[in-house]
Order: sequence, then structure tokens, then C-alpha cells
Amino acid sequence: MLLKIRSFMQKTFDAILPIFATLLALIIGIFMLKSLGKNPLDAYQALFEGAFGSQRAIIQTVIKATPLLLVGIGVCIAFRGGVVNIGGEGQIIMGALASAAVALYLPIPSRLIMIPLCLLTAMAAGAVWGGIPGFLKARMGVNEILTTVMMNSIAVYFSNFLLRGPMIDPHEIEMGTRAAQTAQMPEYTWLTRLAPPTQLNTGTILAVILAFFAFVLLWRTTIGYRIRAVGFNSAASKYAGIKVPIYQAMAMILSGAFSGLAGGIELFGVQHRVLENISANYGFNGIVTALFGNLHPIGTIPAAVLFGGLMVGGNKMQRSVQVHSAFIDTLLGLVVLFVVAAKIFSTNRSKRRAKNE
Amino acid sequence: MSKKYYPAAVKQPIKQLQMIDITKQFPGVLANDHVNLEVRAGEILALLGENGAGKSTLMKQLYGLYQPDSGRILINGKECHFSSPTDVIHAGIGMIHQHFMLVSNLTVRENVALGLKSSRQPFLDLNIVEKKMMEICDTYNLKLNPRAYIWQLSVGEQQRVEIVKTLYRGADLLILDEPTAVLTPQEVDEFFQILRKMAQEKHLIIFISHKLHEVLAISDRVTILRDGRSVGQRENKNLTKAELAQMMVGRPVVLQYERAAPSVGDVKLKIEDVWVRNDWGEDQVKGVSLEIRSGEILGLAGVSGNGQRELAEALAGLRKCSKGRIIIDSIEMTKASPYERILAGQSYIPEERNKEGIIREFDIMENFILEDHDKIPYSKHWILNFSNIAAATQKAVDDFSVKTPTLSTKVKNLSGGNVQKLILARELNRNPKILIAAQPTRGVDIGATEYIHRRLLKQRSEGTATLLISEDLDEIRALSDRIAVIFEGRIIGIVDGPTATAEKLGLMMAGVQEEEQK
Repeated sequence: MLLKIRSFMQKTFDAILPIFATLLALIIGIFMLKSLGKNPLDAYQALFEGAFGSQRAIIQTVIKATPLLLVGIGVCIAFRGGVVNIGGEGQIIMGALASAAVALYLPIPSRLIMIPLCLLTAMAAGAVWGGIPGFLKARMGVNEILTTVMMNSIAVYFSNFLLRGPMIDPHEIEMGTRAAQTAQMPEYTWLTRLAPPTQLNTGTILAVILAFFAFVLLWRTTIGYRIRAVGFNSAASKYAGIKVPIYQAMAMILSGAFSGLAGGIELFGVQHRVLENISANYGFNGIVTALFGNLHPIGTIPAAVLFGGLMVGGNKMQRSVQVHSAFIDTLLGLVVLFVVAAKIFSTNRSKRRAKNE
Repeated sequence: MSKKYYPAAVKQPIKQLQMIDITKQFPGVLANDHVNLEVRAGEILALLGENGAGKSTLMKQLYGLYQPDSGRILINGKECHFSSPTDVIHAGIGMIHQHFMLVSNLTVRENVALGLKSSRQPFLDLNIVEKKMMEICDTYNLKLNPRAYIWQLSVGEQQRVEIVKTLYRGADLLILDEPTAVLTPQEVDEFFQILRKMAQEKHLIIFISHKLHEVLAISDRVTILRDGRSVGQRENKNLTKAELAQMMVGRPVVLQYERAAPSVGDVKLKIEDVWVRNDWGEDQVKGVSLEIRSGEILGLAGVSGNGQRELAEALAGLRKCSKGRIIIDSIEMTKASPYERILAGQSYIPEERNKEGIIREFDIMENFILEDHDKIPYSKHWILNFSNIAAATQKAVDDFSVKTPTLSTKVKNLSGGNVQKLILARELNRNPKILIAAQPTRGVDIGATEYIHRRLLKQRSEGTATLLISEDLDEIRALSDRIAVIFEGRIIGIVDGPTATAEKLGLMMAGVQEEEQK
């Protein structure tokens, strides 16, 4: 009984540790704001109101949380499989570009066909972009952290090329403005807006459903079982007859597919055209979101809301107390740093506990 | 000069250590319950007990890592309080852990000097260290090259470095935590000579073990712990293994098994001139040929490092054969994957059970289905069926008496013996045609060992062809119908199991052919 209570308390403690980490980052932010001559109370009030203070604010937060959640789910799957996917940015971009190409150049004016087709294309493109590092890791043992980062750069410059050349909006050429963006997606590919005039769309619902799907996949299916087995102990998995490289690659492919879908939903649900910087750092912040959620797809849901809130609230804070946008980035960076540190702290602690037992 | 740098020179030598009424409570467990222990200069005390009996907890309190809840520690009759290992080292107590604390890319003398103040600050005094170290080595007949790198040394040599390190720091009392677990039989003999020499030089030695024959061979007195209590203090005179085992386990233990004559059937596993390379690309198995028939246990004896591991891994499909053929049930499977071999009815108990046999972060159920998770009834159409998994695991856990609070307990929280029983349960649950068992009872306590042996014999009577790879000659002789001895990657001879003597096997393990022995 005593042991049960202790283990329950330890679990609770581990779960709320990220929240402490966030608070700690905000406390340090107080000193930074003071030194900038701003009133921290006003600033944080703006941050909170911007994130959760009104219905509109909450909707904005949820919109931002959606791609974070999808990337986060993907990161969970990769981590569980013992591989690290830093390539969310590139996978988002490739997902958006590929599905935009389908939407623009495949004239089938049917929502029933086009929406699933576009989203599946986004997933497939992300899967390919994540699968290449996965394949390199599986076949040749190339470090996937390096390759995914490099794949990000390739995606960014490829997108710059397409948005300025082959895929540029024809209107932009006619007008002579030449803004780097595609034409608007045809209306029949748009995801349904849930609360017009806001951009909240059905993509959010899909993301939450997929979080549960990922949970079931990882813990209730043989594929997820093998991914986790490989992630924990590849030697034992090999001994048990599991083909380790295949499941490492599969974890990367699935992870990429979720990030690719994030790009697709951002495109067809929110932006309706591919812009430069459509990935908006979701690929990186999604990693922190997943860590925040203890690398569990369900835990990632509230984590995404919290992080989406920080992003939205940060904008509001920037406007209302007139701090430089770099400050917001610094604050987010601090949160990331503390969450990761807290994560390491809690793993070390549980290792120590295990040792003492 | 030496007084300043080596605290040993200024302190009183330890003549007697007493631990009186030591009690230590952990959440949910009374780890030590009024334990008493005494050791005097020039004496080797064996601390005997099964895994989890409280040996380590007791020693950790002596070493200052835990504080006792109640009880006293007396040195030379004076009460001492140790709050950290540093205090303990100053008092002249040294501990040699099961897993060595050496820096592998430093030399022996650098390891000995590590953490001590140099007498020539800020420069190193390695030559002085080496001189003093060699004096110690000479005194105790320890053969060591002070300038060799740790990674170049065998496990036995590394252990000697640990001993020198401890003596160098001025230890009178040495605590040795299962020191022989990592040694080959030859190294154990050398090690025992070192211990006797240290006892002659008036050191106090506490030898933690659960191996009965070693305790009988080396100790002057034995203290036996069971479930956290000291159940006996005996002089090592007229003691028998059976007596010790009974005190340790709390019930009579069978050390010799009744075995029916084997009812041998067809050849299940045939190994033909198999060559296997080790991790460095050298030939480690050099043309081994063996045949194992259903219903028999073939023991593979040998000093560790003579190719047993590579052969086992080749048989499991984890390592390539560079030459030769492996035939399972008259089908060639030399290049088959581990998965295909499992399907063909082969089970494998790996030597490194924590690294290869289980996934420590998975729970018992998840570990139980490691190889069969994709088969009915555990899963269907990729969906795991947890009620079936739980039912099967529960049955296996009961059947093999794996002690665990729940089925969803993570395997990292189980003791070594229980982990091994779980692996055995999983591997035998398939009712294999062939079983490769590599060191199945290494590091496992005596109660679990007896149980594992019985299950292997039961499997034999059910017609499994078993290859038992072990460095424990007693185990090999107790279980095997035939014994093959491996030396430097070759089978040096195959002898009849029940009639083989330890002497004969020992000579063969050292590379002496059967004919030469006559």
C-alpha cells in the first residue's frame, strides 16, 4: 500500500514537473522584463489573456496547438522507437508543398475525394521526408539527428525555389509584386471552419482523434509493441526475431507522416495557400510539446494547448507591453531549456531510485 | 611524507569489527532485522544468503552508504559512525564491488593513483605510486603490469587492480561483493590464494557469496542471512553444502538430481564444422561439430572465452557462420534469421539476460510475449489481446513460480532469479524442440537454480534436445547426458555425462586431450 502511494506520488510529480519548469522560466522572465524597464505583471497578464483570456483567445490557442499536437505525436512515436526526429520543419513544408500541388493541379472538384486525397498526400510526403533519414539510419547507421536537420534545410530551400518559380501564384506575376506564395487552394479542398470567422477547423478534431489512434497504435498493436521494444532494447528485440532496422525506419516514417499532416492541415485549414515559413517553427516546438507531454500521445494534447497558448499569448504580450519579439523567443527558449532539464532530472532520479531498490 | 598522503599510516589497525543488532527498514521491506556479525584480524568471514536476503544492505551500512535505523558498529570495541564512504576508507575499510570501478583507458598505476593527492603537486607522482604499488603486489603475490591499460586486462587481472587499489589506500578490512561471479574456475583458484595471503597478513575479509562450495573452500567462519535475519554463525568445521543450503533457503535443497536414463530420439540439432568470428573478426569457433538428439542434454563445458558465446549466438541466428552448416530437424538453417529459428521450434536462453533476454522497461506481460506477440491468441490482425496475454502470463508466472507483485510490474524491478525464471517460462512455454541454454543459472540464487535445473530435466523427459552451455562444472555434471568440452574454439572431447569426473573435465578444459591424460 505504502509503495503504491509512493509510486503514485512519484508519477504525479513527474507529470507536473514540466509545469514547475514553465513557472521557473516565467520567474526568470520577471527579472528580464524588469531589466527592460517593463512591468512584469502587465506583461504576464497580457500573456495569459492573450492565450486563455477570452473565447477568441482560446480559439487562437487551439488553432496554434493543432500542428504542435500533430508534430508532437510524431515525435512521441519516433522517441518510443529509439530514434530522434528533429526534421519536423522539413516534413511540414514537404507535406504542405506536395498536397498543394495535388490540390492545384488535379482538378477534381469534389470535397469527398479531394480532402482525403490532399491530406493523405501531405502524410505521404512527410513520411518520405522522414523515411529517408530513417532508411539511412536502418541501412547504414547514419545518425538520424544530423540527417533530419539537413533534410530541414533542403526542404526550406526547395520550398523557396518552388514558391518563387514553378509554384508561384500567377496573380503575383501579373501584379508584379512577386510575393513568394502559391495561388489560393481551390475552395473544395478547404477544411470546414468550425466557428467562423475564426480559422478553427476540423483539422483540430482530426488531430485529437489521431492522438488517441497513436496511443492505440503504440500500446495495443503488434507494430507499436515492436517499435517500443526496438526503442528500449534493440539487442533483445533482435534476439526475439524482430527486424530492428525496419522498425526504426518505420518509427521515422510514421513520425514524418504526422508532421506532414500538420503541414497539410495548416494549409487547407488555416492558410489556404503555401507561404514562406508555413512551418512557423512548429517542427521544433512540437518536440518540446512532446517532451512536455512525457512522450505520450495523450499527454501531448494538454501540452500542445499550453504551448499554443504561450505562442499566442506571447504575441499579445509583445504588442501590449512593447517588448521586442526576440524577448518572446527568449522566454520560449527558457521554457524549452527548463522542460528538457526537468526531464533529464526526473530520468536521473528514477534511475537513482531504481538503483537504490 | 607518506604519513601526509596515506592516511593508513596514522590510524590504528583494525583488529576486530562487530555489527550488533543492525536493523534497517525500507518502505514495505524489513531489509535487516537485528543482524549480528563479527570478524577478527586474520580471518575470512563468508556472508552467505540468497539474493534479497539483506547481504548488500548490511554491507552498505558498514560502508557508510546507508545509516542503520538501530544497532551499533564497533571497531576494536569502540563505536563508530560512518556518514560517507570517505570516512570508511579513512577508518581502513575497503569494498570491492561486483562491477569494477576502473577507468578503462588509463593504466593500472594511473587507476591506483586516481583520486589520491600526489606527493609532488602539481605534478603526478606515478613512479612513486608504482614503486609502492609493486611492494604491495610482491607482498601478496599479485601479478600485475603497472603500465598496462585496463582495457588490455582480463577480468581476473582487473579484479587484482581493484584489490591493489584498496590495499594502497590502507584498507585493513576488505569487503568483497560476490567477487567470483565474474571469474573463470582457474582465476577463482588464484584469487583464493590471494585472499589466504591477505588473511595471513592479518587483514579482515568479508566475502559475500551465494556459492556454497566457494564458501566452504575459503572461509574460516560463515554468517548466514535469510529474509533479513542472521540465521546462523558457524565455524567452517565439518560443515556440509546441504547444511548451508538448508539454512540459506529455509528448507532442504536437493543438490543431486534423480535422473531417468535418457530416451533418446532423432537428431534435432546438427552442427557441422561451424566456424564463427568474434567481434574483432578473429576466428573464435574453429570447426565445431555436434549432434544433439531429442530427449538428451548435451553439456558444453569450458572456460569462458573459448568460443561458447560466439557458438551460442551463431546457433540463435545473431551471428554469421563463416563456414559450416547448422541443421535443424534435417533442414539446413545456417543462414536463417532468429525469427525463422524460433518458428522452427528453437528456444534460446541468452547469456546476457538483462541485455538480450528481456526488455527491462517492459512489464512482465510484455516481456512474456516478446517472441510470440504476433501469434494467436496474443494478437489477431495486429491488435494485441491483453486478456489472453494476461491469462497466459499469469499461468506461466504461477507455473514457474516467478515472484512478482503484479503482472504489470516492470521487469527491471525483479530479482535476477525471477528474471531468469521468466525467461525460462517464455522459452519453454513454446515447448521447444531445441533449447540452447547459455549460463542459465549464472548469478541466480540457489533456490531458483534448483528450480531451473528441474525444469530443464522435465523438458528433457518431454523430448527437447538441449544444449547446455555452462562454466559451472557442477551444473554440467548434474544435468548432462553427454559432455562436450570446448577449448580454444574446438571440441577437445566428448565424454559420457554421469561418469565424468571433475578432474578429467578440468584437465580437458585446460586443453589436455582425453588420450594424453592416461
